[in-house]
Amino acid sequence: MGIIDNRYDFVFFFDVEFGNPNGDPDAGNMPRIDPETGFGLVTDVCLKRKVRNYVELRKGGQEGFNIYVREKAVLNDQHRMAYTACDLEPQSRKPPKCGDDSRRLTEWMCANFYDVRSFGAVMTTEVNCGQVRGPVQFTFARSVDAIVPQEVKIIRMAVTTSKEADVQHGENRTMGSKYVVPYALYRMEGFVSAALAAQTGFSEEDVALLWESLLNMFEHDRSAARGKMAARKLFIFRHDNKLGNAHAHVLFNTITVESVGGAEAVPARSYADYRLHIKKDLPGSVTLLEKL
Amino acid sequence: MAHGIRLLVWGEYACFTRPEMKVERVSYEVMTPSAARGILEAIYWKPAIRWVVIRIGVLNPIVFDSIRRNEVGETVSKDKVVQALKHKKPLELVANDVRVRQQRTSLVLRNVAYVIEARFELTERAGPDDSFGKHLDCFNRRARTGKCFHRPYLGCREFPAHFELLEGTMPVSKLWDHPSRDLGVMLYDIDFSDDMTPLFYHPRIEGGVIEVARYWKESRQ
Repeated sequence: MGIIDNRYDFVFFFDVEFGNPNGDPDAGNMPRIDPETGFGLVTDVCLKRKVRNYVELRKGGQEGFNIYVREKAVLNDQHRMAYTACDLEPQSRKPPKCGDDSRRLTEWMCANFYDVRSFGAVMTTEVNCGQVRGPVQFTFARSVDAIVPQEVKIIRMAVTTSKEADVQHGENRTMGSKYVVPYALYRMEGFVSAALAAQTGFSEEDVALLWESLLNMFEHDRSAARGKMAARKLFIFRHDNKLGNAHAHVLFNTITVESVGGAEAVPARSYADYRLHIKKDLPGSVTLLEKL
Repeated sequence: MAHGIRLLVWGEYACFTRPEMKVERVSYEVMTPSAARGILEAIYWKPAIRWVVIRIGVLNPIVFDSIRRNEVGETVSKDKVVQALKHKKPLELVANDVRVRQQRTSLVLRNVAYVIEARFELTERAGPDDSFGKHLDCFNRRARTGKCFHRPYLGCREFPAHFELLEGTMPVSKLWDHPSRDLGVMLYDIDFSDDMTPLFYHPRIEGGVIEVARYWKESRQ
């Protein structure tokens, strides 16, 4: 399928119920909080990780859909990647000088790895600064309201070492804690630049897979820490050309969220406590696609 | 503003990383001319032109915030890619292995807004059809309607910049009554024509404005 011809800006809503969507390594793994406003944060890289995991699961190492930044990668699984690359074989006794060969290596990386093609990667193979800029750009997701994380103390009815058991005279209990956000709705904004897509070969199929990943990634990221996370809404603004037809911030502002009970309402505890408003009058050449 | 433009840019976060503190990133207090040029180029650029930043208006108070993230401490080596192709060997890249994972803090700026005042020059690659007016029109048209080649950003790609062409009066900086202050030695730009040499300048901020062109000239003497 062909390389994308449209610029996209998108707004993605997801929520968490009694879970920790993204721990802060600076704060003992407490949910990330914007210290100025109390809003919860989820970093761009956290969400990219989930897209990568989903694509890997979905495409199972299918040619062209390998994932470069893998979790505990199994190296042998990456065998098949080399097959597509025959044309580079004959030369290359020395590492290629800048120019054509570097470009071919970069192209090969892009052709093989979905995440390089979409998010880019720092590779010494490229001519300019050794970087590939991918067309897909995520931002930090932020909660719609301020969050109040709770520390939940938990007890394990066992200990790890016999030394601990001795100290406790066989009582054998360890206390731990986890942090949960009772409920939060998060909003993430992102961009897909068609002009950069041309440089990495990011195709129509790739962009469809990106949307699919956003909608499904939480379904395959269950764990004790996360609680219940779910994709709630994905709004995609499709411009009718590469460069776009409107300011992204103007488009983003057409989507607002309101607490159903108004300002005096008790803190939100479910998605039903929020209502999304969508202003439909967009510039003529921008189409709004609504998913979920 | 004969051939000049004014662009209002803003965003929730920004990180104009100090080159001397790159492992745990620390942002400069204000946007660098190099970052400003990058924003303009993201909107409109052709090999026939070169953007020159004249002035940077700093509209919001300078506020820092720290963010710690898991990052990858390795890049893809060219040799490994070449080897994989040559011997049809697996490509041994494990970028999320604990061995290459690093936790790094970034000290970033919050709620920034700037006015970039810039002009452009024609380069040696300009042809007979390249006129100031033509390129100026192209830039203005794009900036006015929100078109961009790729999404501009405030130092790092996860911190996108929103922009608007500023055609009316200058917005008032919240730092307008602050005393003039030395910003120290800052990165001006990277000279790509000279083996990526970083160039520095020594600006001051006065009433929320950095006269880039003036301090750039002074620091070159």
